[in-house]
Amino acid sequence: MALDDINHQILTVMENGLDICHNPYAKIAKAVNIDEKILLQRLQKMLDDGILKRMGIVVRHHELGYNANAMIVWDIPDDMIENIATSIAVEGFITLCYQRPRQLPDWPYNLFCMIHGSKRDEVILQKDDMIKRLGLDNINHQILFSTRRLKQTGAKYGK
Amino acid sequence: MVNKNYQLDEIDKSLINQYQGGIPICQNPYALMGEELGIGEKDVIERIENLLTQGILSRAGPMYNPEYLGGSLSLAAMIVPDDIYDTIASKVNAYPEISQNYQRQHILNMWFVIACDDKTSTKEVIEKIETETGLKIYNMPKIREYFVGLYLKV
Repeated sequence: MALDDINHQILTVMENGLDICHNPYAKIAKAVNIDEKILLQRLQKMLDDGILKRMGIVVRHHELGYNANAMIVWDIPDDMIENIATSIAVEGFITLCYQRPRQLPDWPYNLFCMIHGSKRDEVILQKDDMIKRLGLDNINHQILFSTRRLKQTGAKYGK
Repeated sequence: MVNKNYQLDEIDKSLINQYQGGIPICQNPYALMGEELGIGEKDVIERIENLLTQGILSRAGPMYNPEYLGGSLSLAAMIVPDDIYDTIASKVNAYPEISQNYQRQHILNMWFVIACDDKTSTKEVIEKIETETGLKIYNMPKIREYFVGLYLKV
């Protein structure tokens, strides 16, 4: 879906975030030179259309005790990826699930999902239980825990 | 910058849990949040500002796919020898396009997100980092998104 000029301007103006003040949207409307009511309608429409994922507050997960941040990667036959990815994605503890290109020969994995947990052994149990329930025993996978956060900016973009 | 010992009170927790998924889109969103949380608008504003200052929150604002603004987002990884790991991490982190970077337990031991606007391309950033570090970058842009629902209860 393409953005029209006004929506493009709105997102550009909002790149640095939403002000924390009495009427934050009025400020944006002024910068884009449209009526605040129109701005609110446009933002809602972008949310409904999935252009905006959310107008959210972004937490820094380590600070909240989410220290067991695991990336689980799977080597799934191409003709099975849609079915398997869909079944993994609906597991309650999965926070992200993406198909990405394999990097053969070094990296055969094509599905990446994340579990943000507070303890490693709990995350491993969740993963093992999921493998059993979904019948993924024959799918080659690896779990990569993060050992150190090297950078997390207040990124401009969603993840 | 980040206060790891900061203690969230119950209202902070409710605020984070209820509004991670979305700040209301209306004229006075913080007033509405205050009503729902049972506190005043001023208190909501002060709490969010404080959580940002303490580093518990990294941002308040719209989350969207940068592709809509002509940008791009990719996940990339490198195999970095232990003895030069920190030097390489500083070099990689120095690029403003690198929004996140994690050390992970694997031969591919450095994983970072490259977020480009419409003025730079992922390819250019990768080439620059490869030249500067002498290391190969494995670029793994998203092919398909099955789920994004990062929601962390506190």
